[in-house]
Amino acid sequence: MMQFMLLFSRQGKLRLQKWYVAHPDKLKKKITRELITTVLARKPKMCSFLEWKDVKVVYKRYASLYFCCAMEQEDNELLTLELIHRYVELLDKYFGSVCELDIIFNFEKAYFILDELVLGGELQETSKKNVLKAIAAQDLLQEEETPQGFFEDHGLG
Amino acid sequence: MAYPMYEVDWSVLPPEQNRRFNPAFNIATIKQVVNEAIERVRMPTPTRLRDLIRQIRAARTAAEERSVVNKECAYIRSTFREEDSVWRCRNIAKLLYIHMLGYPAHFGQLECLKLIASPRFTDKRVGYLGAMLLLDERQDVHLLITNCLKNDLNSNTQFVVGLALCTLGAIASPEMARDLASEVERLIKSPNAYIKKKAALCAFRIIRRVPDLMEMFLPATRSLLTEKNHGVLITGVTLITEMCENSPDTLNHFKKIVPNLVRILKNLILAGYSPEHDVSGVSDPFLQVKILRLLRILGKNDAEASEAMNDILAQVATNTETSKNVGNTILYETVLSIMDIKSESSLRVLAINILGRFLLNNDKNIRYVALNTLLRTVHVDTSAVQRHRTTILECLKDPDVSIRRRAMELSFALMNSQNIRAMMKELLSFLERSDAEFKAHCSSAMVLAAERYAPSSKWHLDTLFRLLLKAGNYLRDDTVSSTIQIISAAPTERQAYAAMRLWTSLERSAVSGDATEKQPLVQVAAWTVGEYGDLLVSEASNAISMVDEDGVDDFVRPTEEYVIDIYQKLLWSTQLSITTKEYLLLSLAKLSTRFTTRPSQDKIRVIIDTFGSHIHIELQQRGVELSQLYRQYAHLRPALLERMPAMEAPSGGARDDSDPETDAPLDSSHDAPHHRTDQDALLDLIIGSEPMSNGDAEHETPPPATNNNTSTSNDILDLLSGLDLSTPSVTAPAPTPVTNSVPASNLLLDGLFSTPQPTAPTGAQTETRVSALERNGLRVEFVVARGSAPGSATLTMRAASSARAALTDFLFQAAVPRVSTHTTSHTCHLAISTRSTFRCFWVLRSSWY
Repeated sequence: MMQFMLLFSRQGKLRLQKWYVAHPDKLKKKITRELITTVLARKPKMCSFLEWKDVKVVYKRYASLYFCCAMEQEDNELLTLELIHRYVELLDKYFGSVCELDIIFNFEKAYFILDELVLGGELQETSKKNVLKAIAAQDLLQEEETPQGFFEDHGLG
Repeated sequence: MAYPMYEVDWSVLPPEQNRRFNPAFNIATIKQVVNEAIERVRMPTPTRLRDLIRQIRAARTAAEERSVVNKECAYIRSTFREEDSVWRCRNIAKLLYIHMLGYPAHFGQLECLKLIASPRFTDKRVGYLGAMLLLDERQDVHLLITNCLKNDLNSNTQFVVGLALCTLGAIASPEMARDLASEVERLIKSPNAYIKKKAALCAFRIIRRVPDLMEMFLPATRSLLTEKNHGVLITGVTLITEMCENSPDTLNHFKKIVPNLVRILKNLILAGYSPEHDVSGVSDPFLQVKILRLLRILGKNDAEASEAMNDILAQVATNTETSKNVGNTILYETVLSIMDIKSESSLRVLAINILGRFLLNNDKNIRYVALNTLLRTVHVDTSAVQRHRTTILECLKDPDVSIRRRAMELSFALMNSQNIRAMMKELLSFLERSDAEFKAHCSSAMVLAAERYAPSSKWHLDTLFRLLLKAGNYLRDDTVSSTIQIISAAPTERQAYAAMRLWTSLERSAVSGDATEKQPLVQVAAWTVGEYGDLLVSEASNAISMVDEDGVDDFVRPTEEYVIDIYQKLLWSTQLSITTKEYLLLSLAKLSTRFTTRPSQDKIRVIIDTFGSHIHIELQQRGVELSQLYRQYAHLRPALLERMPAMEAPSGGARDDSDPETDAPLDSSHDAPHHRTDQDALLDLIIGSEPMSNGDAEHETPPPATNNNTSTSNDILDLLSGLDLSTPSVTAPAPTPVTNSVPASNLLLDGLFSTPQPTAPTGAQTETRVSALERNGLRVEFVVARGSAPGSATLTMRAASSARAALTDFLFQAAVPRVSTHTTSHTCHLAISTRSTFRCFWVLRSSWY
């Protein structure tokens, strides 16, 4: 089971955080800070796995973003890499060649996509098509109820 | 607490809120829109989310960013106070962004609940997102959210149900899990695959949180495997896996699904290309891996189930394309399954060969996985893993810490008496260049391995000396006492050799000034030189060969004065710990009877006298006491400072071939080695009449390695030591390292004056066995044996649990009559696993004075 997932930039800025275990806010911040430092200090040629505290961290860099998952000891590390890749593919399909800025400005969408892929720390859907279909349908629901009046700005803007 | 949102009557909300897109334009609506527009011009709309992000990103300094955020937060707070909900959704979204930047956002928690209760999907979507990010299990708002979730789990819109399930899966607390389990169970049976899969994972989380709730999900679970939809299949397999790991009964219950799983897996492999689930030519690797893992759990220790999956495992192992990461992912999982179940030997050979290929792969990730798997399978087939030893040792030199760590652990697992020499050599050089975080663990594992597999006692000593040199202060402090014990029990010639070898190291560290980093070495060297100083400086030392493995003889026989000079240098160093200085000071006093010439005697006396005014009380006392041996009690000096008799080997740590643990390879789980060392440490301390170990236990900064000892953390060691005038009573609560619980009462000289040695606990003559307790599978019995010295007794408590579950929170308290005892020591170790016995070792000694 995935314990948490973090997305952060090469500069160490957090871009997304998803926690599947309950921790107080303070501890989450501490873990995030320490983990970002540790991962950023690793050289590009090193392997993607890191035994860190009691979790196994699997991370991969895509362009300027690091995708970082904390898994349990029993989990298949290589499969976690595939999971990360699947998420990136979905973001890419959704945004159309995704870049860091897309995720910064549409962070809620990135969360929505992740929530259709992973639930409670486990993969829920192995078909890319189904994930994107569910997201599109929900976006449509949202659009339908947003007023299209003259001075429209009821959405998140 | 009343829940505010249910009291809201939506129909009477202000017009802005009820506004819906209405294609039929009429004058009334146009009027309304115009009015609203005017209203909005008067009251400016809040910043849009994207604008806020832009503003924050435009900030050039942290202070500037903070000011933008604070301003916005103040604004958001003020809108929260108003009951107006038009902008709530946007404000929460902004707050979530601010939260990600690390600013506090807890004040948005209740607003998230209001959003969730809104009928609009946009509000719900953002509200649930906020709930997942801002709430965690500890929040009391959970009561409120449980109500919202219950409503939404009954919604007609599948996506609303989906949002609720997703949130429940992420933040379910035990109370929420109990309250909503029946809803989730109902949704697992839903015909809608979208809801079904989410409900299955929710059930998985609920069982994780509250294992008791498993029963109710059992009937609905099995049918999940009959679905075609991969989402339902994978979540179903995940749920079943969790259930099987949860209870052995459920595991048996699900044994019958093995054929179903095999069929699903077979279909995946044989089915042609399906674009929907294909990942670089492999059909749904996610599902394949999950099934392989469940098969592993079902086939473990079950010949019949294993037989049923043999063929499919062979098929997966041979047919999977290995050029890509996906293929290797599946192979990795397959190998684990093959090694864990009762598979055919040919299949195991295949699996080990796959790992061999992995080990040579260029991809670091694959190499890491190979090492990891070898470590997990080494107990099944050691000889097969031994074949890869050279490659594994090569990995010790890898620049990547993850790979080095794995290689190190695997190296220890592979050690045996045949390869110990070569392995130890590699590991010693690894130890030298390894990072600080490895040194403690690595060196203590090496101490254990050396103890277990040493081909000769000379080799054992040499290895310990090298370790003392290379591990420096990272060495566990019990190594000091165990090394000293080995030297003290060795024949005279070996003792002289040890003194010479250690002197060379000591002298070098003193001259180069790195003695502070090698304090354990200084302690052992000081003790040895003190005891056998006469052998060191005598002509007889010429007869002993000091040629080391590299063929170098670097020993130069020192003069008495030079030895004392080095001692002086060390004793006056400001960086050595008090404990180390205590070793040195006593050693120096001992040298006063080993060195015979007058000038050296005087020199020693001068140095000792200076400690009479030392700032540290312990050293000062020793200084004063020892200098008395030059004055009033000079006649006692030679007798008091006689050579220590050979010390008893700690029974737990000795190389005893009948010990069943000796044959087992160093277990991959860290418990085993630490386990033993804790025992060793204590047993060493039981024998601790040897003066050095006293100060040691109390004053030395705990070595980093003690943090690792997981084995003792579960039991509570309660030690009520005898109250004996100066003896401090020490009560050690549960997780403190055991070494600290030994009363460090006998000061240096107490030990010195006590000529009779404590008897070994095993030297019993008569035994009385008393069964103290036999209840709920726990049996406790005491064995009382008379010690060989008059007035001493050994009381051994044995507790054995026959219960299937692990025994936790075992508390053993010992109260000892105050007059009868001087020192109480015990070791208590409790294996976490089932049905194991543990020994409690408890020695009373009353005959010390």
